[in-house]
Amino acid sequence: MTPLQACLLLSALLFAIGLAGALTRRNAILVLIGIELMLNAANINFIAFWHYGPQPSQTTGIMFAIFSIGVAAAEAAVGLAIILAAYRHSRTTDLDKMNSLKG
Amino acid sequence: MTLTFLIIAFLIVAGTAAAMGFRNPIHCVLALTVSFAGIAALYLELGAQFVGFTQIMVYVGAVAILAVFAIMMTHRPGDPETRIFSRNAFVGVFTAAAVFAVIGWAILKQPATSAATQPASVSVQQIGASLMHDYVLPLEIVGLLLTAALIGAVVIAMDRKEDNAK
Repeated sequence: MTPLQACLLLSALLFAIGLAGALTRRNAILVLIGIELMLNAANINFIAFWHYGPQPSQTTGIMFAIFSIGVAAAEAAVGLAIILAAYRHSRTTDLDKMNSLKG
Repeated sequence: MTLTFLIIAFLIVAGTAAAMGFRNPIHCVLALTVSFAGIAALYLELGAQFVGFTQIMVYVGAVAILAVFAIMMTHRPGDPETRIFSRNAFVGVFTAAAVFAVIGWAILKQPATSAATQPASVSVQQIGASLMHDYVLPLEIVGLLLTAALIGAVVIAMDRKEDNAK
């Protein structure tokens, strides 16, 4: 196994654990955290392909990872705000109990 | 594959699995911090110093703290946490395992290419120069996106007076 494949396998495992958490947890905040972990797995892929790619002296891969981190931060802020608003409305963060859209 | 990579990979996987498996949400976020720090160490190991420190500042410093605040505002200590996983949890775990199997099969099926020989290293000066020259438009757009997200998050989470009156 080459080092690139090891990095990609680690990132795939991180993605799978995050996906399992996002699909199975009942707490909405932890579902959001699972999605953050999946975004981190994508970032690991960017950096691994940059490092083991043909031109590691270019800054392209690093730029992609930095912009991806910025977008993920915005997503986390808005997602947590939506969860707080939903909690204020329904007094729960349990996704099995949040089953109505109408206020 | 070096010993350093194995240690970092173990740290990341253990932290992530603990973050998705613990019962107490606060413990989950603490385990998540370990996982994020491990990912930052992996970036440093791969020669991306700036991304590693950005990871620590953004994820360990901001996202984890934000998640802790959200949990403390929504979690009541007296809540009996009977079930932490949803009813059809095995379907989700099976889906994730299937996704991992497909991705892992695709990765391992690829022929091994020769890795880059020259050490990868990009200085912060190069990153700054390319942010100001080649990537100045994406930089501005990300700044606009972050401003909009900040305002939007405040507006969404704002405690309105008419809601309190009800």
